[in-house]
Amino acid sequence: MLTFVSTAFLFLFLNRNNPNMEKGFEEIFQDKIDKEIRIEPKDWMPEKYRQTLIRQISQHAHSEIVGMLPEGNWITRAPNLRRKAILLAKVQDEAGHGLYLYSAAETLGITRDEMYAQLHSGKAKYSSIFNYPTLSWADIGAIGWLVDGAAIMNQVPLCRNSFGPYARAMVRVCKEESFHQRQGFEILLTLSKGTAAQKRMAQDAIDRWWWPSVMMFGPKDDESPNTIQSMKWKIKRFTNDELRQKFIDVCAEQIKVLGLVIPDKDLKWNEATGHYNFGEINWDEFWQVVQGNGPCNKERLETRKKAWEEGAWVREAASAYAEKRKQKQSLHAA
Amino acid sequence: MDTKTLIDYTLHLADNALIIGHRNSEWCGHGPILEQDIAITNIALDMIGQARNFYQYAAQLSGEGATEDSLAYLRDAIDFKNNLLTELPNGDWAQTVLRQFFFSTYQYFLYQQLQNGADKQLAAIAEKSLKEVTYHLRWSSEWVIRLGDGTEESKRRMLDAIDEIWSYTGELFIPVNFELLTIGDGISIDLSMIKISWDKKVKAVFEEAILPIPADTIWMQSGGKEGKHTEQLGFILAEMQFLQRAYPNSNW
Repeated sequence: MLTFVSTAFLFLFLNRNNPNMEKGFEEIFQDKIDKEIRIEPKDWMPEKYRQTLIRQISQHAHSEIVGMLPEGNWITRAPNLRRKAILLAKVQDEAGHGLYLYSAAETLGITRDEMYAQLHSGKAKYSSIFNYPTLSWADIGAIGWLVDGAAIMNQVPLCRNSFGPYARAMVRVCKEESFHQRQGFEILLTLSKGTAAQKRMAQDAIDRWWWPSVMMFGPKDDESPNTIQSMKWKIKRFTNDELRQKFIDVCAEQIKVLGLVIPDKDLKWNEATGHYNFGEINWDEFWQVVQGNGPCNKERLETRKKAWEEGAWVREAASAYAEKRKQKQSLHAA
Repeated sequence: MDTKTLIDYTLHLADNALIIGHRNSEWCGHGPILEQDIAITNIALDMIGQARNFYQYAAQLSGEGATEDSLAYLRDAIDFKNNLLTELPNGDWAQTVLRQFFFSTYQYFLYQQLQNGADKQLAAIAEKSLKEVTYHLRWSSEWVIRLGDGTEESKRRMLDAIDEIWSYTGELFIPVNFELLTIGDGISIDLSMIKISWDKKVKAVFEEAILPIPADTIWMQSGGKEGKHTEQLGFILAEMQFLQRAYPNSNW
C-alpha cells in the first residue's frame, strides 16, 4: 500500500506542471484532510491553503504580540506583588505564543521579518480587540475573562486543525490561555467582593469589554466569505456564529458568580433553543475598528514599529558579532 | 545586632530586587527582539520573586501586621534602601544590559557568600536565587560583549552607557550601618571582598568586549541605601504604588 502511494506521489510529482495532475494532488490532499491526516510543511498543498494559513497564523501571532501592549500597560501599576508577578508571567506567555506561531508560519515559506513588515505596513491585521484601551486594573481581569475566554473558544478547535505545526503550537497555547482566563476571572471575583469603588471598577471594565469580545468571533456566518473553504480544509471547525453563541452561553452563567451585569438588555435564556438570546451587535463599530479607527489602532501600531525600529541597531550588532565569531572560529579551525 | 538592623538589611536586599525588577519589566512588549523581550521579562520576574521572598521574611521579622505588600507599596522613597544603580532609567538596550551586568555581577558574588551566612532564612533565599542570578550574569555578560564588539554604533552606545552608569557602581561596595552591624554576626558580607571579585569579572568581560574600564578617579554617587535617592525613585513609586494609595485597605 505504502509503495503504491509513494509511486502515485512520484508520478504526480514528476507531472506537477500538468494542470490535470494538479487536480490529482488536490484530491489526495483533500482525501488526507477528510481522513484527519495532518498536513505537514513538506507535503503538497494548494497554494490557497498555504496563503490562508500564512494569513491566519501570522494574524494570530501578531495578535499575541500586539496584545502584550494593553496588558503590559498595567505591569508597572499592578496592585500587589503577587498580581505583578502573575501579570508579568502572563504577558511573557503571550510573547511565547507569538514565538511558536511565527515559527509555525515560517514552515510555510515566509520569514518572521517579512511577517513583521506586513504588520508594520498595515497589510497584515491583528485582533481588533487590542485596539481598545486598558483604563483600570479591572481591565486586566476583563481581558483575562472575556478576551482570553473568547480566544479559547476559537483556539481549542484549532488544536485539531489540519496543518500539523499550527495544531501542535495551539495545544500549548491553549493550556496557557485557560490559565490566563482563570486568573482574569479571579481578578474580577476579588474586585466584586471588594469595596464599592472596586465593584464599580469591575462593572465598568465589563461594560467596555463585553461587546468588543463578542465581536472577536468575526462577522456573522452569512457575511464571512472564507468560512466555507476553511471548514472544508479543516482549518476551521465551527462557524463564527456557533462559537459566539457558545461564548455568550458560558459568560451568561459565569457573570452570576460575579454578581455583576452583562451590558445587554436582550440577554435572556431561551428554553426552546437551549441558548441565550442576545442583542444586536454594532457591526459598524466592528468595521470601523478593523479599518483603523479604533481608540488605539494608531498607538498600538506605532508602539510596535518604534520597538522594531529602535531595536534595529541591536539586531545589527548581534549579527555582526555572530559573524565575527564565526570567522574567528574558522580561522582557529584552519 | 538588634532585629531592626536585620530587617533593614533584608529590606535592602528586597528593595534592590524589586526596583531593578520593576525597571526591567518596563521593557515587556518593547524589546528589540522577541526572544530578548522574553528574556528580560524573565529576569524581571525572577527579581520580583526574589523581592517577595525577602519582603516576606522582613514582614515576619517586623510583626505588627506588616506584609510583603505593605513593605513594597506603603513605604516612601526615604525608607527605600536600594542601590541607586537599580533605579536608573532603562535608557537604550545598551544601558539596560550594562546596568544588569553590573548588578548581576554584584548579586552573584554577594549571594554566593550569603548562602553560607549565619541567618538561615537569608542563606536559603540566596541559595535559591543564585541559580537565577547565574543565568542573569551569563545573559548580561554576553550582551555586553556582543554590543561592545558588534558594530560601530553598538560600541558607541556601550561607551555612552558606561559614561552614564559607571559612577553608580561605587555605592555597591560602600557599607552602611545595617551592613557593618550585620557583618559581625556573620549575616552580611564584607563588601570589600565582593568588590575584588566584581572588579575581576567586570575586567574580564570588558576585555572580551573591547571596552575600557573607566579611571579610578571617577567620582562615585551614593546615598541610596540610606534613603537618599535619585529623582527617579519617586516616579517609580508613584506609578507602582498608585492603586494601593488611591484605594487604601482594599484586597486585590
